[in-house]
Amino acid sequence: MSKKWKWFSIGMVAAMTVVVSACGSNQGETSDNSSSSKEITITAAGSTFVNPLFSKMFSEYNKLHPEIKINYQSIGSGGGVKQLTEGTIDFAASDAFMSDEEIGAVKNGVVHIPVTVGAEAIIYNIDGVDKGLKLTQETISDIYLGTIKKWNDPKLKADNPDLNLPDLEITPVYRSDGSGTTAIFTDYLSTVSPEWKEKVGQGKSVQFPVGVGGKGNEGVAGQVKQTPGSIGYAELAYAENNHINYAQLRNKDGKFVYPSLEAATIAADDAAQNMPADTRVSIVEKAGEKAYGIVGISWALLNTNYADATKKQVITDLIKWVYRDGQQYSEPLFYAKIPDGIAKINDDNVAKIK
Amino acid sequence: MNSHAQLQTEVQQNASLQQKIYQKRRFRWMDHGFKWLTFSFGCIILIMFVWIILELTNESKQSISKFGLGFIFSQDWNPVKGEFGALPFIYGTIVSSLIAIIIAAPISIGIALFLNEMAPKWLKQPVAFMIELLAAIPSILYGLWGLFVMVPFIRDWLQKPISKYLGGFPLFSGAPIGLGMLTAGILLAIMIIPIITALARDVIRVVPTLQKEGYLALGATKWEVIWKIILPFARPGILGACILGLGRALGETMAVTMVIGNRAEIKASLFAPGHSMAAVIANEFTEATDDIYLSSLIEIGLLLFLVTFVLNAGARFLIWTVAKGSKGGVKG
Repeated sequence: MSKKWKWFSIGMVAAMTVVVSACGSNQGETSDNSSSSKEITITAAGSTFVNPLFSKMFSEYNKLHPEIKINYQSIGSGGGVKQLTEGTIDFAASDAFMSDEEIGAVKNGVVHIPVTVGAEAIIYNIDGVDKGLKLTQETISDIYLGTIKKWNDPKLKADNPDLNLPDLEITPVYRSDGSGTTAIFTDYLSTVSPEWKEKVGQGKSVQFPVGVGGKGNEGVAGQVKQTPGSIGYAELAYAENNHINYAQLRNKDGKFVYPSLEAATIAADDAAQNMPADTRVSIVEKAGEKAYGIVGISWALLNTNYADATKKQVITDLIKWVYRDGQQYSEPLFYAKIPDGIAKINDDNVAKIK
Repeated sequence: MNSHAQLQTEVQQNASLQQKIYQKRRFRWMDHGFKWLTFSFGCIILIMFVWIILELTNESKQSISKFGLGFIFSQDWNPVKGEFGALPFIYGTIVSSLIAIIIAAPISIGIALFLNEMAPKWLKQPVAFMIELLAAIPSILYGLWGLFVMVPFIRDWLQKPISKYLGGFPLFSGAPIGLGMLTAGILLAIMIIPIITALARDVIRVVPTLQKEGYLALGATKWEVIWKIILPFARPGILGACILGLGRALGETMAVTMVIGNRAEIKASLFAPGHSMAAVIANEFTEATDDIYLSSLIEIGLLLFLVTFVLNAGARFLIWTVAKGSKGGVKG
């Protein structure tokens, strides 16, 4: 090692020591500051689907209550449930409700609070068909079961007499990553098709009989955009923002409807009429002339008991704001509002938290 | 006898003198310290290796005991019913990586030869620089580029013509959708070309000039020099470069998952969608909530480790046999 290099490396080490120690002392100062101003940090984790909505809501809430900081990590619904079970977070968010068994594993109990409603669009890419594809419960499940293979299938033609459906193979696209989106979609298919329920079932990842998988909403949307003859499912916001064609779906009342935020809220409202007190219920394929079939609730999962009384107060106040006043931020971000019926059930459930 | 003893004392004196000089040298302790420091660094690798294996085995205990060896040979992957098998993923990983290395190896060696032996000076540096730049592109960018640019291109210009004329062969059957095993292999090839090229270039550069010039002086053509001097001399190094490329292809996750089609099935057709071990872990790990599901995913991680290990060992064996036969220089 030449002398120059030796001095250079000594200098580097010295510089790094200074930087590291400076960082260390900085951190010390900030933590001192925060404890003196009584800042409260709420940690939450879970669903990636609600993340854009939560980000907006929590930053607005922080403007109203500057002392409260909410740290939401969008690690996926499953991860949120896991962390809630381990007791490392204050609340979780999930696109699927927890099973009795899962709830039993949580020491401090679980309360399900619906915070938003999402609708899923059936997106498609067919040469020469820009708009207006109509699908029924039967045709969509047959496409994903692989029994309808081509776009000019007689069943599809019967529902779409005005469209010029080509002789083109259908490529169904599904989410390859485990997701609440798939859970809601397969919940719908299991509800409308006994064959699907028996052969495939419902879950965040299922063994799709046909098709190709795309990772994330962007993967599904990308593959549908890229592949002529393909069909897929994605959150409405995603289809809308990316200008992908989506289909009209026949609802329980026999009407063809486009997915929309109002149609999702209508379905949720119908579900609220005979909703169990713990709100753990699927809301796909609900009645209503304008209701849309493929919709799902996202829940905030709170503990029944919080050891820290101030924290309990902060969390319940926050959640109440989320499903009441906070709902004004839903629609600009393409989330459907929680109907009043469900908000009332939420009030009762939040009151039970100790 | 006498002279022998004298010699011995002299030798001893000499040795002790040398030792004294050596001890007096400054930084004697540094030598020792440095030796132990590097030794402990070396040990870190060993510890990490053993640790990872132990941890993976421990975490996948549940699925190992439930499915046993059947896990490796089963084609079923059904999280709803709790049935798991790794064969489609193992197949996908190996096939896509092999396609990649078959495409990438000749191209990379060609680039390396061109840059070292034939390229004009003004072209050498820019091209070499760009290759290094390609190696630094994050794999998610390759994946997105693959999905939005390469997939339509392959579908329209490669798969459609092939399936029109050769669609009868099982290897090219099925709808030309652009996604699938072949596309994943091609994308992986593009990703590993920079690595193999950069390493092959370094190996080719150290081929002794004297040998090349000597052969040229005997009237050999450029082609003969490359074929009979450079390639035999550089063969072990080039193989080593290919192994490193293969290693990257086996473990590649994001780019593969964007274009492979993510379907746990084994199909004879190269156009059919497939899946890979790294891709299924990345896709399903976050939402795998049952214990057996999670355990199966971790076992796939363990198997990926083993597959990489076996392929690397095999490749090293290949190098070893090749290196024995090649001492460089002219033969025959």
